[in-house]
Amino acid sequence: MSNPLYLSGARELVAAVSKRLGFADEACGKIALAVDEALCNVIRHGYGRASNRPIWISIWPMVEKGDAGLGAAGPAADCADTLPSSLRIVIEDEARQVDPQVIRSRDLEEIRPGGLGVHIIKAVMDEVIYERREKVGMRLTMIKRRTTETDEGCGGVPFKECGGG
Amino acid sequence: MADYPVRPGQFSSQEGSFGIKAEQRSGAMIVIPTGEIDLNASPILRQELKRVQTSRPQRLIVNLASVPYMDSSGVATLVEAMQIARKNSTRLVLCGMQDKVRSIFEIARLDTVFTIVPDVDGALSA
Repeated sequence: MSNPLYLSGARELVAAVSKRLGFADEACGKIALAVDEALCNVIRHGYGRASNRPIWISIWPMVEKGDAGLGAAGPAADCADTLPSSLRIVIEDEARQVDPQVIRSRDLEEIRPGGLGVHIIKAVMDEVIYERREKVGMRLTMIKRRTTETDEGCGGVPFKECGGG
Repeated sequence: MADYPVRPGQFSSQEGSFGIKAEQRSGAMIVIPTGEIDLNASPILRQELKRVQTSRPQRLIVNLASVPYMDSSGVATLVEAMQIARKNSTRLVLCGMQDKVRSIFEIARLDTVFTIVPDVDGALSA
């Protein structure tokens, strides 16, 4: 629901799932921030602050397939005991459709309120893709890679559950 | 310094887990938000900052020590407060910023635009 009241719950959910999937606390915070900013953009720009419109969040743990790189990553469907290599978060809405090319950050040299959401999302996530949905609304796909240097994983608990959906 | 309608230590505004109190100290107005500042809470902060700034204080300190999280709506609110402060010749100082909050200022490249100090004592002299 496009009510700002639910933002904190969305952040907590995303951060908890990220933590469970092996991301370090700092990365979990950044992922939650990106989701917060994305939801804010939908609420403000997509729905014109209407508080009763739908927003869908999907979280997918991803595993790399062979050595083909992240582009070949797929959902971690088999619940293996290995941690996912990345996290894919998809946010969809029924807001008015816009050209994805016009969704971009403003010039940071210009000091004024607002317009920072897209910049923050792109700064904290590894891949960010805006696109129109098939019939109505927009879809934002964000990918965060898990780095072994900083992400320890589940507080020592192996990943055994399938998230997402 | 003009009078502020909120007594020291009294919450002037509160909604859910977010609240703001204001106090005067050593000639400065200190605004103390408590809780996460997101799109739900930032309008409350904005309203309070605007109200405080109508009195054109010489120094306005925003103590963020009890703010564990802030998104771009909170940053935008503080940028707006900075613009008003400049018009009013008010010295705006942010203090007590937690690492997670500071990081968003760094991402937005605003950490060098604001005067940011560790604590209230530093803000009183910054």
